[in-house]
Amino acid sequence: MSAAEAAALHPDSVIEVSHVTLRFGGVTSLSDVTLQQNRGEILSVIGPNGAGKTSLFNCLTCVYAPQEGSIVYYRPGGESVAVLGRKPNQVNLLGIARTFQTSRLFNALTTFENVKIGVEARQHTGPIGAVLRLPRTRREEKEGDERAFELLDFVGLRAQSNVLASSLPFGAQRRLEIARALGTGPQLLLLDEPAAGGNHAEKAELERLIRRVNVELGVSVLLIEHDMRLVMAIAQRVVVLNFGRVIASGTPREVQRDPAVVEAYLGTPKERE
Amino acid sequence: MCFTQNFWSLLIEGLANGFIYALIALGYTLVYGVLRLINFAHSEVFMSGAFGGLFVLQNLIGSRQPGGLTSVWLVAIGIAGAAAAGGAVAFLLERVAYRPLRRRNAPRLAFLISAIGASYFLYNLAGKEFGRQAINIPAPFTNGTVFTVFGAPVQTYYLVVAAVTIVLLVLLDRVVAKTRLGQGIRSVAQDAETASLMGVNIDRTISLTFVIGGLLGGAAGFLYALPVGAVFTIGFTPGLKAFTAAVLGGIGNVRGAMIGGLLLGVVENLSVACISTSWRDVVAFGILVIVLMFRPTGLFGERLGRSA
Amino acid sequence: MSVHEGPSRLNRLRDSRDFRRLGACVFGMLVLALVTGPEGIQGNPTYGVIQSWLRPRVVGFLIAAVVLWALMTFWGRLSGRIRAEVVEVADVGRRLFESRLPRFGTYLLLIVLAVLLPQILSGTWQEITVDQIGTYVLLALGLNVVVGFAGLLDLGYIAFYLIGAYSTAYWSGALPVQPPFDLNPFFIIPFAVLAAMLTGVILGTPTLRLRGDYLAIVTLGFGEIIQIVATNLQGVTGGAEGVIGIRHFSVNLFGVRYAWPVGATANLPYYYLLLGFVVVALVIFHLLEHSRVGRAWTAIREDEVAAAACGINPLKYKIMAFAIGASTSGFAGVLFASKIGFIDPTEFSVQMSILVLILVVFGGQGSLAGALVGAAFIQWGQNFLRVLNVGWYNEQDLYVYLGGLLVVMMIFRPQGVLPSRRRSREIGLAEHGIGTADAMSAGETAP
Repeated sequence: MSAAEAAALHPDSVIEVSHVTLRFGGVTSLSDVTLQQNRGEILSVIGPNGAGKTSLFNCLTCVYAPQEGSIVYYRPGGESVAVLGRKPNQVNLLGIARTFQTSRLFNALTTFENVKIGVEARQHTGPIGAVLRLPRTRREEKEGDERAFELLDFVGLRAQSNVLASSLPFGAQRRLEIARALGTGPQLLLLDEPAAGGNHAEKAELERLIRRVNVELGVSVLLIEHDMRLVMAIAQRVVVLNFGRVIASGTPREVQRDPAVVEAYLGTPKERE
Repeated sequence: MCFTQNFWSLLIEGLANGFIYALIALGYTLVYGVLRLINFAHSEVFMSGAFGGLFVLQNLIGSRQPGGLTSVWLVAIGIAGAAAAGGAVAFLLERVAYRPLRRRNAPRLAFLISAIGASYFLYNLAGKEFGRQAINIPAPFTNGTVFTVFGAPVQTYYLVVAAVTIVLLVLLDRVVAKTRLGQGIRSVAQDAETASLMGVNIDRTISLTFVIGGLLGGAAGFLYALPVGAVFTIGFTPGLKAFTAAVLGGIGNVRGAMIGGLLLGVVENLSVACISTSWRDVVAFGILVIVLMFRPTGLFGERLGRSA
Repeated sequence: MSVHEGPSRLNRLRDSRDFRRLGACVFGMLVLALVTGPEGIQGNPTYGVIQSWLRPRVVGFLIAAVVLWALMTFWGRLSGRIRAEVVEVADVGRRLFESRLPRFGTYLLLIVLAVLLPQILSGTWQEITVDQIGTYVLLALGLNVVVGFAGLLDLGYIAFYLIGAYSTAYWSGALPVQPPFDLNPFFIIPFAVLAAMLTGVILGTPTLRLRGDYLAIVTLGFGEIIQIVATNLQGVTGGAEGVIGIRHFSVNLFGVRYAWPVGATANLPYYYLLLGFVVVALVIFHLLEHSRVGRAWTAIREDEVAAAACGINPLKYKIMAFAIGASTSGFAGVLFASKIGFIDPTEFSVQMSILVLILVVFGGQGSLAGALVGAAFIQWGQNFLRVLNVGWYNEQDLYVYLGGLLVVMMIFRPQGVLPSRRRSREIGLAEHGIGTADAMSAGETAP
């Protein structure tokens, strides 16, 4: 359907993926994937390994270009923009930020510097401003610092501001990546398996953080996760992918009971951990 | 068109050059396959081949004018000497300039810088030790026109180049496709980690890949130097052109390197008829820039791990 | 040998790290013996080798090899305390530098010293300081922005130098092609720098999307092309004979009139001009490094994909670095052409670009102090050896030493002698498998 029709149907959407198909040589990574996320919602994408979840994120951020389909993003005022065909940095400036399956922090920089770089995404200082120390530059510098500290407080990493990103414990690295992504001022935050590899405490911490991002900051969250407990706890809706296709979508409870999902992914009740 | 006048002789000469470019390009492509890096110093390997062949022939050919079967033997021995020199230099290169960096997991830029350093080191050392003037290689055969194609002369030299290249290529193909070493090279090119888990000795495979590339490059150096003499500067331009050929064919693709070499040789030679010879090099570099800008995967795509 | 015994003693010896280190030391020293040995004789290929190795002098090198090996092997065991004390002193020094006053004081002192320096130098050395050291310091600072800050390898850097020089010639009316109007000589600088910068942008826009090693080769090819064009385009550039009669630098602006002198007395005034621009360059690059732009460069260098996910347009910043580097190089070209008064295109080969690269890499990529010190040291060193005329140093062998130096640096100290702390960290982390420390793998690491 066209962007206008989509807007009419789902007046409160933040993102709409329509019939996206992604192929690599002989492999079809995504096949006719259609999904929609409401503004302010936490939507989770689940599915077995290799189902195409990260490929979906890569299409959303224009790292990959799908052969078919369209992706429409809605700004807060309701204006719709086509996402495909842009460059990844342009997608970020639209208002979509992401984290990666394996943390991609700027390892030789400090925690603070990592977040500062995220914050600087929306600033405008260029080489001229930097060298001439224009008033706008100095103002942006100050505002950037303040905002970075705010975000570090938000994720609870203020105390580690001067620690090298690579020296942070695992859970803290994940939170830092989220803080950096938040620095770019997104309306939609894509989280790629943020809980993977974390221990029980870290996962609980993460659950709280995601909720706060959603409720306090008003950011819609699209979450890829394997940890079912986490998904059930915070997702308002769930989409299930298998072999690149959407096989179910609905509330966590509905999806949990869907026989196709149970068969493809959740397995026997014993395995559902 | 400007080149239709001498088309056939230009074509034949271009093919001969192309064979040589192909041999050098194979060295680049093989090393790229296993290391994902351009061996910047390969041009100096080429140069050592020229000197290797020179020294061997200097000691064998006196004042007698060789002919017939003696010529064949002399060419073979010259090639062997050149290949040995190239292989030895390539081996040392890998050991000294690349392996220590692999050991310490150096960033990629470091490999390239090291190769540049090694290249300049060898280049200038050769100039220091062997003199800065070109030294003529005593001819192992008498060069004359063997037959003509559409009126264009085919010299003995061209036939020798073609024959040597084809023989070496067949040997290479045998090694890569049929031997365990070849299997090792292909598996390391495809996925080094898995290959080592399957018992392939990565260090040795990489070392031998360099040596094979060096053998081919060295032979090419000898062939190239036969008409013009061996001099320490001989490696730079052909090296860059062969790299162009490798990229044109698709870096990592053995067949592509071959076709890229021939294509480049022919196009370069034909275009020289249209513009003066001093611009000759610009043609090759121009092709390089254009290919890298518009089709960096080359004609046959970046097919790694597969030799065809 | 029974199959139940372990590896033979010979095998164990061969595998031991100490033994291999000894082998490496001997190998290195033999190479050094060859490099410092006499020149070969045309037509006698083994002469140089024999004179270097089969003579008593080789004994000295072998002894040096053993001494070096002993130092390397036992240094670790004996030096614990010494090393700790050295680190402590260095730490105190570094902490001192972190507060503003001592830092600015030191800079001021250095500038005063630099201003006074030429007074104590002889005429020859004054000339060397300007032509050889100062010019290359400026070039190294510029290339440092490209290689060190943005992590891009530009092997055709000298092309921009040539463009700056030829632009100067053009606006001076020294080329066969005449300029459309007469330009106030002071404005030649911005015009020439603009020409270099534009060339940088034009070259960079299509090529900076490429992977690191491809970019290196393309810039190499481009450098070659520019040199060939300059040497062959008789009608425009004067061809291989070069250009003569370039107007010397002068200022004629707002009543301020000063013409830089020609010939023997030219060194001092050009020195101060150069010093001024080096200081300005240092300030500008320092400000850039610690700004949003500098952080974007660092992000791109560390992880281009993550940088893009943070809204950074990698191509834009790479072109920016390239253009800044190109303009510095072009600027050096203007100064050089004005001072010398003529251009010989055959001198500006790829080799010169590589020299500047060596200066940057040796000093420390990404570090302003490093680029400055590295350039100054090597340029001073090679000229010192040349002027001193020591027996073993042959001017023509310079690149043998420099090439070897590059390899040695990459093996033992890739971050350079005076690295930026960030760069040291990056390289250290890369060696442990974290991150890639440069922009070479761009395009390969998809999420």
